[in-house]
Amino acid sequence: MKNYRVAILGSGNIGTDLLVKALRSESLACVAFVGRSYTSPGMAKARALGVTCSDRSIAYIEEHAQEIDLVFDATSAKDHAVHAPILKALGLRVIDLTPAKIGSICIPAVNQDSSLGSDNLNMVTCGGQASIPVAYAIGKTHSEIDYLEVVSSIASKSAGPATRINLDEYIDTTEKGIQAFSGAKHTKAILILNPAVPCIDMQTTIFAAVRNPDLDALKSVLDPIVAKIRSYVPGYRVIVGPILENGRIVVMVRVRGRGDYLPEYAGNLDIINCAAIAMAEEFAKEGRA
Amino acid sequence: MSKAVNVLISDPTLRDGNHAVSHQLTREQIATYCRAADKAGIPIVEVGHGNGLGASSLQVGLARTDDETALRTARENLPNSKLGIHVIPGFATIERDLKRAMDYGVDVVRVASHCTEADLTERHIRFCRANGKTVFGVLMMSHMIGKDMLAEEARKMENYGAEAVVIMDSAGNYLPSDVKERIDHLLETLSIPVGFHAHNNLGMAVANSITAVEAGATILDGSARGFGAGAGNTQLEVLVAVLHRMGFETGIDLYRMLDAADLAEGELLKEHPRISSISVVSGLAGVFSGFSKHVQRLAQEFDLDPRDIFFELGRRRIVAGQEDLIIEVSSELAAQKKAGL
Repeated sequence: MKNYRVAILGSGNIGTDLLVKALRSESLACVAFVGRSYTSPGMAKARALGVTCSDRSIAYIEEHAQEIDLVFDATSAKDHAVHAPILKALGLRVIDLTPAKIGSICIPAVNQDSSLGSDNLNMVTCGGQASIPVAYAIGKTHSEIDYLEVVSSIASKSAGPATRINLDEYIDTTEKGIQAFSGAKHTKAILILNPAVPCIDMQTTIFAAVRNPDLDALKSVLDPIVAKIRSYVPGYRVIVGPILENGRIVVMVRVRGRGDYLPEYAGNLDIINCAAIAMAEEFAKEGRA
Repeated sequence: MSKAVNVLISDPTLRDGNHAVSHQLTREQIATYCRAADKAGIPIVEVGHGNGLGASSLQVGLARTDDETALRTARENLPNSKLGIHVIPGFATIERDLKRAMDYGVDVVRVASHCTEADLTERHIRFCRANGKTVFGVLMMSHMIGKDMLAEEARKMENYGAEAVVIMDSAGNYLPSDVKERIDHLLETLSIPVGFHAHNNLGMAVANSITAVEAGATILDGSARGFGAGAGNTQLEVLVAVLHRMGFETGIDLYRMLDAADLAEGELLKEHPRISSISVVSGLAGVFSGFSKHVQRLAQEFDLDPRDIFFELGRRRIVAGQEDLIIEVSSELAAQKKAGL
């Protein structure tokens, strides 16, 4: 039953891809697609799909709060800092797709159940969604991680203006996320945009410097986690490792998207949005409470 | 009376050279070379990890000397020369890295991106300008796009507040005609000075740098003895000698420059930069020079021909900062080899 009412705030690449996914969902009803300009490509797409649109941003949400159960914030870190207290005062549940770090960190494959108690979920970053499950598995199987690093490469075309202007926040939020879930003493995140044509698929490498690496134990914990991720992001797969190379544990994952709004190469868009939709559907199961 | 400087030299010996020693330059080496460079009157001395500020990593290589130590040491030993840094957004953030670098006394910030991604530099460039620093925009791997797109990206950097734009031939792939075409078009498009940074994979570093100056570029990068990634950079003491012979003024004392180069050879270099066979392949394939050490290591680990790895990296159009992809490509090539393909 499509009866859990969601609104999407932000009409860029992320918001528009979310819209396509929400419309496909069996339990979500997209009641509003809200941005700042009717001329954006995302807004045109939403109107073509017959979804209620507004160019009045957060003001529209404030006026229609009674008709909404959950808001996806797909604007920018700076904007979410403004939106978060307003949405809280309205009593609306929020899934934040910006790297604002205001809500509690949510990685469905790792902490879905404990996340259901929060009214603001932060989906970290695309690189965080791809790497944190691996970082978590390394943390589970190694008592001391001196250092953990994640490097993501994404296609230039998959990074819109908000993603680009949020680069520093992306790095900071991803680093804090991998630290929280792995227990590593130090963490680092790096993001590379590659303009190659045809576009490259999103790819993330996790490097770890640990005492006494145990690849078999890591693999046994990682495999079921990867299976769980694939249940909501079908295009996620491990392409290298775990291996030990030059004294480091190396795991590489690749994410191919479903090609909903941007083409399949934009796995970065897909993984964070699939995670957000998976959580919204969990809330829908719980009802509107 | 000294003549007005008409070619500004920026010396990345202690930054690009770090690639050649897997980022192992020590505090003492930094101090020694800075003193010599300062005596020679080199206007800008760039210091840091090979990929710049905040780039010490498992991906590219862990630096022996952290940013703070390296920059403070350089500052103490550069009474006259300006202290420069290379900053790649995606590696270095404003909060974690750039703000601190300013406290260490950096004068010139060179904010770099892959040649098509200039918009990633906007916040960093604006931040440096707002803090009164000299800022250059740097477009890396510039051989990967044509002159029009390159000028468009450079124009963005100018709009953000860059006071000059430097294009890098990071793979050492250019021939003089490629350089001339791009510098000509940049100068037509921009109203700020233009610079050039060469690598010597195809033996063209000095020739390409001279071509850039003749086309109107006014900033050139060069390293003592060519100490830099892959086949090395433009050999600075040679460049200065050639520029002076051509009648250009750099403000650099040639004898002391030669002394600094001799000192670099004795104190910094593990091996003399040379155009090895795989550097030729790397230049032809248009692959980032800094990958050289990684490719050699992985070729050994996976029992592969490093030339095959370079050509495959070139085919995939890998950009600077994607060292992890060398692992993937190597493991794939090894699997193919095993399957007898």
